[in-house]
Amino acid sequence: MNNTKTSPGLLVKFGKNWVVFFLIVLCVLFSFIGKGFFANNTINNILLSSSPALLLAVGETFVIVSGGIDLSIGFVRGMVAVISAIVMRDLYAMGYSAFLSILAGIVIGLLAGLLPGLLSGMLIAKFKVPPFIATLGMYGISNGIAYGLCSGFPIINVPQEAGRLGNGHIHYYFSGLGFSLFNRPPGMLDSQLRNLVRIFPNSILISGLIITVFGYILARTRFGQHTYAIGGNIDAARRAGINVDWHLVKIYVISSFFAALSGVLSVLIFSNGSHTQFSASLELFAVAAVVIGGASLSGGKGSIRGSFLGVLILSVLEVGFLMAGIFAFYRYIAVGSILVLAVIIEQTFPELIYD
Amino acid sequence: MIEERKPILEVKNIVKRFGGLVAVNGVSMEVYPGEVVGLLGDNGAGKSTLIKVVSGVYHQDEGQVFFKGQEVKINNPMDAINLGIETIYQDLALAENLNVYSNIFLGREKLKKALGCIDVLDHKYMLTESKKVLDRLGIEIPSLKNRIKMLSGGQRQSVAISRSIFWNAKFLIMDEPTAALGVAEQRKVLDLVRTLSAQGVAVIIISHQLYDVFQVAHRLVILRRGEKVGELMTRETNPDEVVSLIVGAELVENSKK
Repeated sequence: MNNTKTSPGLLVKFGKNWVVFFLIVLCVLFSFIGKGFFANNTINNILLSSSPALLLAVGETFVIVSGGIDLSIGFVRGMVAVISAIVMRDLYAMGYSAFLSILAGIVIGLLAGLLPGLLSGMLIAKFKVPPFIATLGMYGISNGIAYGLCSGFPIINVPQEAGRLGNGHIHYYFSGLGFSLFNRPPGMLDSQLRNLVRIFPNSILISGLIITVFGYILARTRFGQHTYAIGGNIDAARRAGINVDWHLVKIYVISSFFAALSGVLSVLIFSNGSHTQFSASLELFAVAAVVIGGASLSGGKGSIRGSFLGVLILSVLEVGFLMAGIFAFYRYIAVGSILVLAVIIEQTFPELIYD
Repeated sequence: MIEERKPILEVKNIVKRFGGLVAVNGVSMEVYPGEVVGLLGDNGAGKSTLIKVVSGVYHQDEGQVFFKGQEVKINNPMDAINLGIETIYQDLALAENLNVYSNIFLGREKLKKALGCIDVLDHKYMLTESKKVLDRLGIEIPSLKNRIKMLSGGQRQSVAISRSIFWNAKFLIMDEPTAALGVAEQRKVLDLVRTLSAQGVAVIIISHQLYDVFQVAHRLVILRRGEKVGELMTRETNPDEVVSLIVGAELVENSKK
């Protein structure tokens, strides 16, 4: 019993960072069962497949830290993708330049995406509608609007340049032709595409920038501090003079904005505006990532760094299982188990105490 | 000695009704700087309602409130706080997920510039300033970086008090400050009340624990059914007399006849 002073300290440190260890273990595991897990293409795949989820998870982190939940983001993403693609397609068909059509599509899509957040925020702050219900309402409404606009089919015929923008990479390597930034190495033939090494997709550049900025906002600024305070004790926040209602509206607008951004990016990546009923699984994926990253659904806990690691774990699982040739249903089981495990680990490890 | 000074707070003929129910009926009282007043009464006697009029939660139907000699209109809790009237409720209103100094500065965070243009929290400043106010009040908490969740009930109470003192409260209202505490912790909180009093802060304590109130209060005000039924100097009375005023002993005698 004499050692009780040091051993809990180490344990606590492990408990706080178990996600990092777990991520490393997963990577090692997959490098054994799957061939070429550490190849450039795999890393590229993980980054690509995680970038939309990453955006949704950043917004969801703010909401969950404030003690709420946003269930609408998957369908808001779909709705924005459809609206944005329709604007691009129609303007382009009317004879406007590709640049102008794409720009208008992006801007209108993002603006339309702010509305659901504004509405849920006001419902939650002013009319005291529980976040679960308010955002479930927006879930239904945005699903309906998107479905009405696209009748279940992807919006196609957007300008080709959209796809080039979305699928571009920060840098390329082609043996014999060397490195190049943003564009394929000059003199390369389309038939040689398979040998082209692409490392960081442009969408990661955007996601990376946003994670850094919003991670900073949540961790270091007054806005972030108030978000934690509201999640911890909303009455205390009110009595401390924080404008809680307005703050909540802002938080749901942020969440909605990230859903919109993710929708716009999906148009640029896939060159179409797609909305399916599967979009709804995206918000649950985001909530799962945020919770694996250490947030609590009762509010006041969580971080962008944690959510980022949570998203990476889910992406590594997806890509790793795929490469190892394991059936998809095992992945769903794995994700479910890890989610529950994460909550148990969070609750088992004691709080860090300063002397 | 107290009579020579001017009261910091004075309420005159306060009436507060809720529909047909008269919760507070024409109560007047005053509190002097550095004085500790015990506000006593049974459940439903009107203590909390009277206090909520002063702290801005309710607005009185009749009567006046004077603070530092001037009549004031307190329409909401922020008005009261801006005047220097702080209320510490039983639930303390602390964010348990934040650390001690963050709670002391909650809503009034100190900022500094990062990279020359971005406002970020100045943790170092908040930590040292919080440490100062805790030292001044003789409060011992292992580290101010600990979250409130990790503190005992008495330490939480102390944090809530330091918080209001840091923001220059001249007048503190405490609702059942010792209700949820162990014996040793109760004593610490009562010591803290004495320290505040010695530093010139006026305190109103609402408590059911007569023993505690007798230890720290200079004066006792007793309410029953919304009316003031007694005002006694603590030195000149005893718990029996106070209890009989609280429950209305003369009524008991009447019913015997």
